Amino acid sequence: MNLLIAEDSDGDRMILATLLRRLGHQVYEASDGLEAVAVFIKFEPDIVLLDALMPTMDGMDAARRIKALAGTRFVPVIFITSLASEREQAHCLEAGGDDFLLKPYSRVILEAKINAYSRMLNLHRSVMQQRDQIRTQNEQMLAEQRMARRVFDNVAHTGCLDAPNIRYHASPLSIFNGDVLFAAERPGGGTLIFLGDFTGHGLPAAIGAMPVAEVFYGMAAKGFGAADLVTEINQKLRNILPVGMFCCGALFEADGKQGTIRVWNGGLPDGWLVRKNGERLAIPSLHLPLGVQPPERFDSTMELFTSAPGDYVVLMTDGFPESCDAQGDCLGENAVRQVLAEIGPDDHPFDALMARLQAFTGHPDPADDMTLCCLEVIAQGAVSEVTESAPESALSGPGSWHCVYEVRDRALADFNPLPLLLHICMEVPGLRRRSGEVFTLLSELYSNALEHGVLKLSSEWKKSAEGFSLYYEERMRRLSETQGHHIRFTLDHEPLGRAGRLRIRCEDSGQGFEPKEKAMNAPTNSGHEYSGRGMGILKRLAKEVSICGSGNCVEIVYDWEFPAQGVITSQ
Amino acid sequence: MSDIPRLDEEALAELQDVMEDEFGVLIETYLADSRTRISGLKEAVSAGDSERLRKAAHSLKGSCINIGAPKLGNLCFELEVLGKEGRLEGAEHLLASVEQEFEEVARELESFNR
Repeated sequence: MNLLIAEDSDGDRMILATLLRRLGHQVYEASDGLEAVAVFIKFEPDIVLLDALMPTMDGMDAARRIKALAGTRFVPVIFITSLASEREQAHCLEAGGDDFLLKPYSRVILEAKINAYSRMLNLHRSVMQQRDQIRTQNEQMLAEQRMARRVFDNVAHTGCLDAPNIRYHASPLSIFNGDVLFAAERPGGGTLIFLGDFTGHGLPAAIGAMPVAEVFYGMAAKGFGAADLVTEINQKLRNILPVGMFCCGALFEADGKQGTIRVWNGGLPDGWLVRKNGERLAIPSLHLPLGVQPPERFDSTMELFTSAPGDYVVLMTDGFPESCDAQGDCLGENAVRQVLAEIGPDDHPFDALMARLQAFTGHPDPADDMTLCCLEVIAQGAVSEVTESAPESALSGPGSWHCVYEVRDRALADFNPLPLLLHICMEVPGLRRRSGEVFTLLSELYSNALEHGVLKLSSEWKKSAEGFSLYYEERMRRLSETQGHHIRFTLDHEPLGRAGRLRIRCEDSGQGFEPKEKAMNAPTNSGHEYSGRGMGILKRLAKEVSICGSGNCVEIVYDWEFPAQGVITSQ
Repeated sequence: MSDIPRLDEEALAELQDVMEDEFGVLIETYLADSRTRISGLKEAVSAGDSERLRKAAHSLKGSCINIGAPKLGNLCFELEVLGKEGRLEGAEHLLASVEQEFEEVARELESFNR
């Protein structure tokens, strides 16, 4: 080791220097405090031995200077002294000394002390090294998390979470807290919201969230419904997550047009439907979390509720009821129940719940692993506004094509052909920009053919509360008796310059119904009349709507064109 | 006071062992250093500077203890205490004892060194 000795007595310095050199150390010498500081700066010795009393600058001052110069580096300073009083010895340590060495020097004590400080220095060095390593690793991890966050945000974008009827709290504090919240508009209208809570935190939780986001947004855009999404998410997670890792989640689909809410809850705390009239319905978890069950055992049955504008759907992760106060007590699900029970007609459940949480925890900021989401059901037009994205080239994609697709027998109960049909139509660039309208046309035609044509259900039933549940019970029952039935779609598309024409013909194997005029004059509950509301939507969107055959076949003509393109020049 | 030996033979033997060929140089260095310090003590006493007396006596005390001259070290300590307490009345008498003892130490060390 390198040692500095500062001592004004030449003889004493000689003895000490010789002792230390004999122990194998490199020794630098100084005869006063000022020189000691200069030598310290020049040679950066490992240990400094200082005489307490020296001319020019005494040992105490030199010790302070040396400690200040060393900064975070640990440099043991040992005072050499023949001081007698305890007070004077204590004074040396108060000045920043680490130890003292008494005259006369003892070879044994000197060696033992130097060895002890050597061990301490090594320990200190490895602690510093580890600290630097941890700091570097932490900086690297944060940089990686920021990068991953950017990729994650691109995949798991906010969708339509910023819609005015959606309120939510999701932690901005932690990059990856294991909670995910996605929202998307369905192509033909309606909102899908998924709230998930992955086991664990950090990177593993975030990795699981990526495919869920892809499945959610990808399938939602293609027109799949909530049951299809939840089935696919479960299968995906079951395949990729290791045993013991899963995702508690809830998915709901609010359809303002139909006045329905479908919810699937697997492992999250009770969700709530809070009606405008104050009525509250719990939406408890009826399923295992996502990623647990193999696909053949997975149950995608959705809970079905009627809804009206002004109703609220509330979902939360367990971080909400498990939020703790200063004493470590949890808020609990009963508190949620109580807040919702006491809610006034003008109160928003989201505000009421957040206020309760803040009052309970005493913190303005909630814990970082809690997510709360609240959707207000709004009246929805039959078709959402067509938002046309930037025009694409009319030349790419197929222009002229014909396609027949027939769904038969059990497939009528088990399979939803709409995403497939929408997908075919979306190959045409001009139609891709109108996916909402095309999806609405297809889904209206299909649901009329299935529910009224094949299943012979009457939409009249849906007008009362009892009728509503009867309707869906009957629908379920009759779907098991679709053997021998079919629904056939015939699609034709032809290009017309910068525009195009899509013909959709939808035939079902049902008996059809009496001509419309007759049906209008004598409304019946027989279920044979074409749904009046559905017809209105078709007529608004399509250029032509015609009913053919015995009423079991509807054909529509849908025209589209690219908006005029060109540079506006003003002279 | 008279119980304390003039030279600590054991300590000197150890120093001889440590210093090897340098032992003679050490003794010469100690003696020269001590003479300088004794002049310093005299100056401090005649100037009536008790703080300077305290410091010089303290340093000489340390050197004496280290070299193995405990009796002289003890006399220095008494001078240091006088300096610390600011009592310079008895200092001249004690200083004379220090000078006398130093001459004895010097003589014996030189014979030890031979």
